[in-house]
Amino acid sequence: MSTRIVVDPITRIEGHLRIEADIENGKIKDAFSSGTMVRLLEEILKGRDPKDAWAFVGRVCGVCTSVHSLTSVRAVEDALDIVVPPNAEMVRNIMFCTQYMHDHVVHFYHLHAMDWVDVVNALKADPKKTSELAQSISHWPKSSPGYFSDIQTRIKKFVESGQLGIFANGYWGHPAYKLPPEVNLIGLAHYLEALEWQKEIVKIHAIFGGKNPHPNYLVGGMACAIGIDDVSGINAERLALVGQLLQDAKEFVEQVYVPDLMAIASFYKDWGAIGGGLGNYLVYGDLPTNGFRDMASFKFPAGAILNKELGNIQEVDLRKDEEVQEFVTNSWYEYREGKTVGLHPWKGESKVNYNGPKPPFEHLDTAKEYSYLKTPRWNGHAMEVGPLARVLVGYARGREDFKAVVDKALTDLKVPVTALFSTLGRTAARGLESVLIAQWGLEFFDQLISNIKNGDTRMAEMSKFDPATWPAQALGVGYSEAPRGALAHWINIEDQKIANYQLVVPTTWNASPRDGKGQLSAYESALLNTPVADEKQPLEILRTVHSFDPCMACSVHLYDEEGKHISRISVVGGE
Amino acid sequence: MIHETLPSPPTYYEEVERKGYSRREFMAFVTTMAAFMGLENSAIGQVVHALETKSRVPVIWLHFQECTCCSESFIRSSHPIVADILLDKISLDYTETLMAASGVQAEEAMKHTMEKYRGEYILCVEGSVPTGADGVYCMIGGKTSLQILEEAAAGAKAVIAWGSCASNGCVQAARPNPTNATPIHKLLKGIPLIKVPGCPPIGEVMAGVIVHLVTFGKIPELDRLGRPKAFYSKRVHDSCYRRAYYDAGLFVESFDDENAKKGYCLYKVGCKGPSTYNACGVMRWNGGTSFPIQAGHGCIGCSEENFWDNGRFYERASAFAGFGIEANADTLGKAALAATGVGIAAHAIATNVRKHKLIAGKVQEGKISEKEFES
Repeated sequence: MSTRIVVDPITRIEGHLRIEADIENGKIKDAFSSGTMVRLLEEILKGRDPKDAWAFVGRVCGVCTSVHSLTSVRAVEDALDIVVPPNAEMVRNIMFCTQYMHDHVVHFYHLHAMDWVDVVNALKADPKKTSELAQSISHWPKSSPGYFSDIQTRIKKFVESGQLGIFANGYWGHPAYKLPPEVNLIGLAHYLEALEWQKEIVKIHAIFGGKNPHPNYLVGGMACAIGIDDVSGINAERLALVGQLLQDAKEFVEQVYVPDLMAIASFYKDWGAIGGGLGNYLVYGDLPTNGFRDMASFKFPAGAILNKELGNIQEVDLRKDEEVQEFVTNSWYEYREGKTVGLHPWKGESKVNYNGPKPPFEHLDTAKEYSYLKTPRWNGHAMEVGPLARVLVGYARGREDFKAVVDKALTDLKVPVTALFSTLGRTAARGLESVLIAQWGLEFFDQLISNIKNGDTRMAEMSKFDPATWPAQALGVGYSEAPRGALAHWINIEDQKIANYQLVVPTTWNASPRDGKGQLSAYESALLNTPVADEKQPLEILRTVHSFDPCMACSVHLYDEEGKHISRISVVGGE
Repeated sequence: MIHETLPSPPTYYEEVERKGYSRREFMAFVTTMAAFMGLENSAIGQVVHALETKSRVPVIWLHFQECTCCSESFIRSSHPIVADILLDKISLDYTETLMAASGVQAEEAMKHTMEKYRGEYILCVEGSVPTGADGVYCMIGGKTSLQILEEAAAGAKAVIAWGSCASNGCVQAARPNPTNATPIHKLLKGIPLIKVPGCPPIGEVMAGVIVHLVTFGKIPELDRLGRPKAFYSKRVHDSCYRRAYYDAGLFVESFDDENAKKGYCLYKVGCKGPSTYNACGVMRWNGGTSFPIQAGHGCIGCSEENFWDNGRFYERASAFAGFGIEANADTLGKAALAATGVGIAAHAIATNVRKHKLIAGKVQEGKISEKEFES
């Protein structure tokens, strides 16, 4: 006899996610993942200027900000055959590295840590022992007994005030928390430090893109002209600040984030055998070092892995009709040809059709449609995307930099390579790739400086900015490896306007409902067999779901019916 | 679970002191915030008194149709004490982005605050509310966003509409607004409401609004559109450090051209600074690091109502209908003045003369928006 539990809202994520799970004998027997908010941005994009699209789709998400804008300008540049100058490529890479580091650190400390770190238990820690432990795992200077004592005092007063704010009603004292008080205190101290740090690293976005969240991008390159002898644009002072911030970020990743990650992981090795899920991994590839058309130059190599077979990496082609397809069998949409067909995004169509229970409701009817997310498949397979997929593909392709960080982590934790296929592996992979990214960011910075030194100050290719130069029709696909995984936008430009624009995003891959064949997607699959000690407290569910870093606003879209043009309506907004 | 124990929570100043900040640092913070809020020096004493004696104000922060950029911007707020006070020193009792509890425990936390602090808590709303299809386009815990908003607003002391989504509907309300995304002021009546538009608003602006509320216990002075005058009474154009180039008729003609490298005015490549009310030119972004125009891209007008439908982003502002003052000036000059340096300079001067007459004491002070002015 199983019990159905509902977790809604899932907090410490972006957007609105609901999990319903059937528990039997203390383990999850079946799980249903539902996206419960939709904005229909693709419909809004139709008929607009393709050059403006990056700003619209940038607003898909403000947490993984900038990634949709980058993917969008790549899609338009692909459609119009524009090659951006090397400096623009480097600036985009530096901004992307910035985003990865920001996103991963904030995820670890502010969205995920409280699944592993018992904040209240940290009050029992001995500051002296905490200091000794901190100094044994890192050279980070803020590690004195007095420092930890001050943090502890502050949190004690906070708890005693009775106003617990964001810590109210947490799962403190739950038996699944395993850390000693000293590790909890380190985690809590760094929660606060990371909150300070995260606002610094994003200054790189402000320098190149004017602001963060939502920095500005430009089809053809970047708008931040290089004027090394001018007070405006990018000059020596601006570049010096970027260099400093990248150095500081590398220090934070290496001396705070990764040591904490490894320390915490060492107490949760059992989670190296929980939450593995599909075992299928998909990576589009990203971070070009020799232009976006030279995929061999990517820092993140592309590839697909099926059934955990690391020895058999398959190639990925986003233009092929049969490779990436989206299904709506269990989604609140309709296809003209019925609920069973899959469509490549260039041919995408659908119409929203909510037929779930009328709110307020207790349960979804999971026997039929139950989510605003569509179900994407690669050659018919359900795939997991994200940091773990990237690390596995880099590792399986034999890349030395990947092997070095992965092998060291496995050795330090004394776990086999199979421990990667798990909730713990997913969370660890995010930290491990951050080590690589921190280094790459500095390499891209050096390359930018070197270009400028050699006299190349070009930042944008503007010869095709004027729509009069465009063909009557053009198809494009832009892709990237967003922090949460493989992301692609498909665009169809007709008569200088967007005729169709479609996004298949990481969280759609991971959080989608099952397909018509009954194949579960990544979240649902990973939740199976997860132990649940107390049905009333969904701590274990949060661990596995958070290990994917859900981003729901990204994942929910609607494609209008093919060929149908949206008529211009003069009255906007509504009562 | 921890239950409430002590009857008198510590004041801000006690908290700050306990954390090791000196009184000098505390005063520096207060002065900075007072300056952000446009207060006279004489009011600083009030701020100090308020922060020293008041306990933390409970805050419920709801998320509807949004992208969470407002929450992200809020945590970017630059001054260390600002970050500490606003994340730790207000009592942020419900926010899906940061709170430890999920599901039932999260709902209970909100309910607890709504009951215990009825009439005292501040309700922050991030995102628009879709009213299409009976509200099923945004559901949390099995309820529609409208149901949740109405319940939470009933006991709130004041409501803050964060960002362009909650203030104006933003991107999901752009044509054809398929979910009928609705800004919250159209759904709530009879409760004080502050609009803080922008996509997102500047972090320090968000901090400033919160500090004003908890310090004075009342909402800041608003313009006729419901925005705090302190931050939204000036056009980006009027506080832009590139303004001198506009006045001199020196423009970027195309991105990355020689003029772009010199940092000339971006008006001709689409800058919407002349029709956008925001503090970007004064406060800048991310701890004063930069703002869009400084980084070479025009303002896209993200704090203005319906900015997604107010003309394309790379189209010169005067080229589309509804731009108003600049368009009039441009029309005046168009016949005689070709796009030569002399012509543009003359145009700029003519523009300035007209503008000065037209907007002095009205638009610039935020008493009337450009749009209202035109109509």
